[in-house]
Formats: sequence, C-alpha cells, structure tokens
Amino acid sequence: MAAKIVTFNLNGREIDVLVKPLTTMQTLLREQLEYFATKSGCRQGGCGSCTILVDGEPMASCLLPVEDVAGKEVTTLEGITPDLGLHPIQEAFFDNYAMQCGYCTPGIIMVSKALLDRNPHPNRREIVEALAGNVCRCTGYEPIIRAVQDAAARMNGQQGGA
Amino acid sequence: MTQGKLNAVGQSIKRRDGLGHVTGKTVYVDDVKFRDMLHLKMVRSPVPHARIKGIDFSEAEKVPGFVRALTHEDVPKNTYTILCLIGVGPDEEPVLAEDEVRYKGEQIAAIIAETEEAAMEAVGKVKLDLEELPAVFDVEEALKPGAPILKHWGTNYFVYEGHHCRRVRYGDVEKGFAEADFIVEERYQTSPIEHAPTETTGCVVKPEADGRYTVYTNTQALFFTLDNAALILEVPFNKLHLVGGTVGGGFGGKVDVIVEPITILAAMKTGRPVRYVFMRDEEMRVSSTRGAWRMYYKDGVMKDGRIVARQVTTYADAGAYNRHTPYAVTKHAANAAGPYNIPNVSIDAHCVYTNRQPGSAMRGFAVTPASFALEVQMDKIAETIGMDPWEIRFINAYRNGDMKPHRKVVEDATLIETMQAAAEMVGTELPERLKAMHSNDREGGNHG
Repeated sequence: MAAKIVTFNLNGREIDVLVKPLTTMQTLLREQLEYFATKSGCRQGGCGSCTILVDGEPMASCLLPVEDVAGKEVTTLEGITPDLGLHPIQEAFFDNYAMQCGYCTPGIIMVSKALLDRNPHPNRREIVEALAGNVCRCTGYEPIIRAVQDAAARMNGQQGGA
Repeated sequence: MTQGKLNAVGQSIKRRDGLGHVTGKTVYVDDVKFRDMLHLKMVRSPVPHARIKGIDFSEAEKVPGFVRALTHEDVPKNTYTILCLIGVGPDEEPVLAEDEVRYKGEQIAAIIAETEEAAMEAVGKVKLDLEELPAVFDVEEALKPGAPILKHWGTNYFVYEGHHCRRVRYGDVEKGFAEADFIVEERYQTSPIEHAPTETTGCVVKPEADGRYTVYTNTQALFFTLDNAALILEVPFNKLHLVGGTVGGGFGGKVDVIVEPITILAAMKTGRPVRYVFMRDEEMRVSSTRGAWRMYYKDGVMKDGRIVARQVTTYADAGAYNRHTPYAVTKHAANAAGPYNIPNVSIDAHCVYTNRQPGSAMRGFAVTPASFALEVQMDKIAETIGMDPWEIRFINAYRNGDMKPHRKVVEDATLIETMQAAAEMVGTELPERLKAMHSNDREGGNHG
C-alpha cells in the first residue's frame, strides 16, 4: 500500500509526515522522528508506557494509526519539557521519588498532565482512576500518587509538598 | 557518636538518573538506533519436547529483506551454562537447539532481516520437521523411573558433589521426632512467576571499525554477560565492549545471558549493527521465570512451643536448563530451616529439570519460596499446639551466637527486634515476656 502524507501539530509545530497506512504513532515517533521519550513496553495497549496526548486526551500511541491524528494537536513528553529546567509535574515526580527504573515514567507524566489540565484539584480516587491504564513494576504506585498530588499543589501556585 | 558527621545516612538523596527519567532523556536499549541496523527474530519450538529432524529455510529466504539465518552450526561453542563462571557444570544449554528442543519457545534458529517486519515474516515461513517426544512437567514425576531424561548425564537432577540433591545435616532429626510431643507435616507448592518488566529484554550490537563489538544491553549482569558471550563466541574478552546499567525493570529477570551472544554473532556474520529485543509475548512465555517450588516440611514440636526437629525435602523446577537454579537451590538449602534455632535439621533440596520454561533468579531468589512455606508452617505449628503465632516465633527465633544448620554462626540477628517493631506497627500488644526479649541472649527462648 502506498505511503501518504499526514499533517498534524506535534508539540506546537505543524509537521507533514510520510507514512504507510496503519503505521502507529509509536512507530512514527520512535522510528521515524526519533522522539524516544515515548516508550515501547508491550505494543498491545496494555502498559501505558507509550502514552501521548491527542488534543489533550491521553492515548496509547502503539494502537493509534498516524492517519487518525490528521489535523490534531499531539503532545509528547518532549513537548512539555522546557528547554531549561522542568515542568512542575516533572519536578514533583523527581522530588517525590516517583520512579525507579523510569520506563513507565514518561507515560505516567503524560496521563498526569491530561488529568491536571482537566481537573486541577483531583482527589486520590480520581488520580488512581486516571493512572489505571499505566503499569509500574517498581514503585508500588504510592510515590506516584503523592507526586501527582504534589504536582497539583505546585500548578495551583502552592508550595511544593515534598 | 558519629551521627553528626554522616552525609547520606538518614537523608533522602535524589536519584542520580531521576532527571533523565522524568524528561524521557534516559537512553534505554531500544532507544539505540543505527541507520543500517538489522533485526533479529527467533524461530522457536512450538512444542515442549521434540527431536529436530530438519529445518527448511527455503521459503523464509524468499522474503524481501531476508539477510541470513543462523543455526547452532554457526555458534563456535554452542553449549554453555551461565554459572560456569563460578564453577557450576557441566555445560548443558545450547545457544541454538541442536538435535532436540526441551521447552516450548526454545531458540532454534535466528533470522536476520532488514526490518523487524521482514524478520517476523521470515520466521513464520521457516518449516520445522519435529518428532514430538514425551514431556514431563512435574518435579516429582521427573525423578520417577521411566520419565523422559532431559540431560546428557542421564538424570533429571543437578548433581551436587556426587549427590542427587543439596544436603544439609545438623543433629539427628529422628531423635528429635522421637522426643517431640507433636509432629506437624505439610506440603507446599508455589507457581512460576514472570518478572514482567515494562522494558523487555534486549540488546543492540554494533561492529566497530577497530574489530571490537559494542554491545548495548539491558542486562542486570554486565560482566556475566561479557564473559559468557566471549566464551560462547570464542573471542578474547577485550573484543567486546558492553554498555549498560540502564535497566527498565529487571527484578532478576535480566541476569541470564540469552540475547547477547547470538546478536553479537549476527553482527559478526553480517558486519552490520543488529537489534534483538523481545516482544512482550516472548518476555512472558520464554524469558526465565521465578521457578516453581514444591516443599515438604516435617517438624517435631514440644508442648512449650520449642521446635526440636525440622526435616525439609524440596524440589526446584529449573525448567529445561540450569540458568541460575543450581545456585538458587544451594541458597535455598542454607535458608530452608528459617531464622529459627532448631537443634536437629535435615534438608534435601533438589534442582530438577522438566520440559518447562527455565526458571532463574527473582527477588529473594530461592529464599522467598522457602520463607512462604516455613512461615505458613510456623502458623500451622502454632495452631496445632494451641499457641499464639507471635509467641511460637519469639520462642524459636535465632539469637546471636547460635549455630545455623549449614554451620554458620549467627552474628547479625535482628528477628526479635523486627518482630517487636512489626507488632507495634500493626497495633498488636505483645506480652511483656516477648517485649523483654532481644537477640543477644537466650532468655525465654529455645535452648535447643
């Protein structure tokens, strides 16, 4: 099948990419564009480590055909990382020891970003629900939940909780 | 005291790699890409036990992008055992199967292709001519006469200095059982557990202009991997440069040397960088697990709670190959009597081969299944003699100066203090007698 051009906004910049039909966003990002913050844990929508935001909604990029994002806004972890310093969510994850091996961390930060943009004051249950699709094999999740709570406080202009 | 001078103890120190993790800048193996990189995929056994009568690559070779196949004939020293580095032998695992496969998913032939898709398509087109053989999946069945024998030395067990199991003998268990007021017996069984790291096992190997090979790997055991790979490939150690230390979850599942030797060989044969990274289903079905254990405990106990004899007979299911299990069994044998002072102990711990996915290391290694069995056993003893489960453990807890059954003097006992702290954390009020105990004397404990 012939490749086609798909146009979308990646991290604030409009780009045109040439992809074969059914190429996934994960493959495009990792293999063609070298955006390696989007991880590859299972390639079957089961682990959440490849989560990106499409028009602000978290999606498993391993199951998402590139054609489906035509005309939309795509955000990867690279897109929320400032050139210097960290995003408040990143600060909160770092300060709260919310990672060990780090492989699930990019996906979890993206899900947290979507949650906090939609709901600046999430309670514990809402945080746990938002993270339900992300597998972390190291931390036991508690430091991650604390980090999201701390990130909410930081983004709401309060003192960091760590 | 020195407390005021300590820089790190008692402080929370930020992770050195944490900034890379939160920004996605940490480089994992699968983030290493080269322009001319080839992809390796494995032809695996579809059955648990079979004789290989033939392999037909003719259709696979026609797949666009196919580069070449590798079989055991391409591997300089095809048979190895990972623990040869600490004197474990004989060699028994093939890098690629020769005339027989012994577990479902065993590596038979490597396919190297220009793209991952082409490699997968070619793997699907390799025709295997297999004669299926009877398989054994149970450790005790595997030791019975008539079971299919999996090892070239003629048994389904690892041989420990001429013995069929790792043995510990301390005191006289029969004498202890004769004295005991109660005999408590139970059979315990654990299941295999997959570590399931979010990053699957893998490596990328790049041939360098100076004749060396740079091996980017997520192994937990860089030096084990370097040494085993060099021995398998019969090259000097300094031909291999291993780059690692960044592991996307391991938990013991990445200490075996499986992907690197064949990928280095693929890079040697093609002259190009080669990537071999497990798919999720390979990680689950093929990579080493925490092996399953069957454990029999028989204890002689006095009315006052003192355990006077413990006989342990256990079987580790190594699966088809050693990996780390022979060592795990030794570690298990040293710990199978538990952190208790028991005057008469006998332990027979077996490393048994079956036609299952190989077991290997996982957190706590072979001590974790022993702890499961013996702590459930402690509760069963308490129930049998009508004693509180805390008290039975305090009475029998080892103290500093006690001799352990494998002839090691206890020097760092903290069991009593740990139990006291645990009781406080869960809101259990211990009797004064137990609160007064400590690891430095025997007051109130089992004098053996």
